[in-house]
Amino acid sequence: MGAGHGHRLHYHGHSPVHRVEPHLKVLALLGFVLVVVATPREWYVAYPGFLAVLLGVIALSRVPFGYLLPRLVVEVPFVVFALLMPFIAHGPQVDVLGIGLSEPGLLAAWGLLAKGTLGVLASLTLAATTEPDDLLRGLQRLRLPDLLVQIMGFMIRYLDVVTGELRRMLTAMRSRGCDPRSPRHWPALAKALGALFVRSYERGERVHLAMLSRGYTGKLPT
Amino acid sequence: MSHPTLDVRGLAYAYPDGHQALFGVDLHVHPGERVALLGPNGAGKTTLVLHLNGILTAGAGSVAVSGLPVTKENLREIRRRVGVVFQDPDDQLFLGTVRQDVAFGPANLGVKGEALERRVMESLDRVGMADFAGRPPHHLSFGQRRRVAVATVLAMEPEILVLDEPSSNLDPASRRELAEILRSLDVTVLMVTHDLPYAFELCPRSVVLSDGVVVADGATFDVLTDDALMRAHRLELPFGFDPRRIGSLPG
Repeated sequence: MGAGHGHRLHYHGHSPVHRVEPHLKVLALLGFVLVVVATPREWYVAYPGFLAVLLGVIALSRVPFGYLLPRLVVEVPFVVFALLMPFIAHGPQVDVLGIGLSEPGLLAAWGLLAKGTLGVLASLTLAATTEPDDLLRGLQRLRLPDLLVQIMGFMIRYLDVVTGELRRMLTAMRSRGCDPRSPRHWPALAKALGALFVRSYERGERVHLAMLSRGYTGKLPT
Repeated sequence: MSHPTLDVRGLAYAYPDGHQALFGVDLHVHPGERVALLGPNGAGKTTLVLHLNGILTAGAGSVAVSGLPVTKENLREIRRRVGVVFQDPDDQLFLGTVRQDVAFGPANLGVKGEALERRVMESLDRVGMADFAGRPPHHLSFGQRRRVAVATVLAMEPEILVLDEPSSNLDPASRRELAEILRSLDVTVLMVTHDLPYAFELCPRSVVLSDGVVVADGATFDVLTDDALMRAHRLELPFGFDPRRIGSLPG
C-alpha cells in the first residue's frame, strides 16, 4: 500500500505509467512542455501529433478521460484571456460571421489555447499517476534544493488544513448574514483572508516549535 | 535515582514585549510520577512547558532534566529526554505518512534502518495505531491523530512525557482510550490541563500554577477539594463532578 491514496488529483492505479520512476516522469513532463512551448504556433500539424502522444500516455495509464477533463478547469482564466485576444489585439482584421477579429489576435489565442491545454493536461496526467510523496522523492532525486522540496512537502500536507480553515471561516461568515460572493461584502472577505494568512503564519511557527522539540536541525531525514 | 526527572528552580521569564509570564516557579517531578499541571487560562502553563525542552530560555532560575541542565550545548539530549506533545496534532504531524512522522524524531537522533523501523512500529503499537503506519495523518480522525502525536514523542524514548491539554477536542470514547494508553505507559508524565476530572483520573499529584507562580502542590484529591484555593485561582469543577463521591479510580 505505501503512501495513502485519495489526494484529489491522484487516480489510484497500477498501470505502467503509474510504475515509472517519479523523477523520470518529471523529466518527461518537463521535456514535453518545453518542446510544446518552443514549437512555433504556425506549425499546425505538430499539435495534433503532441495531443496524440499525450492521449497515448493517458490511455496507457488507464486514467479515465472523464476524470481528467473536469480538472482542466484550472485553465479557465487563460481560456477567457485567449478568447478576448481576437477582440482586443490590433493588426489586420478578418471577418468571421460578420464580426471583425484581429488576425494576430486569433493566432495568439490559438497558440495560448493549444499550448496551455497540452501543458495542463500533461501535468494532470503526472499528478494523476504519481503520489505526492513519490513526486517529492523524484524532485529530490533530481537534486532540487532540499529546502524547496521541504517547502513543497509542507504545502501538500497543509493544503487541506488551510482550505478547511478557510471553509469554516466562510461558513461562519455566511451564518452571520454575509455573502462572500457579493462585492458589497468583499472588504469582509479580504479581512478574513488576512486573518487566514496570520493564522497560517502562526501555525507555521507552532509546527516549527514542534519540529525543534523533536530534534530538528534543518534537514529532513529521508 | 539521585536526580528528579524534572527539576525547575526559581524559573522566571518575560516575553520580549515585556509581558512577564513566570515569576519564580519551583517544580520537581520524580521518576515514574504522573503529575497534572493545573491553572486557569493565561497562568503561564504553556510558557513553562516551552522552557522544559529549551525552546524558551530561562530569564532567571534553572531547569534540569535528570540532572542535565537545559542549556544550549545540551539541547539535543534535552529534547530527547523531554517529549512534548502539543495541543494541536496538526502542528505535530507534518509529513506524508504516519510512519514518516513517527520516524522524524528518532531519525534526527541518528537512529537508522531496521532499528528505526522497529522503534516506529513499537511506538505505534503502544498507542494502538500500528495498522495506520502507511496512512497520511490528515486522513485520520482527531483522536487518532492525537494518539499518533503521542507516538511521535514515545519513539524518542523520552524520560518524561509532557502533554499540553491532551483531552482537548476529544470525544468521550477517544478521551477514555487516550487515558488507558497513558496509564499503560511506563513513563513519567507531566500533563498540562484544565480538564480537572481527567487530571483526577490520571494523576495522583497536582501542581497549580496561577499568575506565574506555583500556588499549590499536593495530592490531586486534596487540591480539587480545597474550595478556597480553587475559587481563588479560577479553577472550577464541572457541573455534577465531585471527587469526594468517587469511590475508586480506574487502573
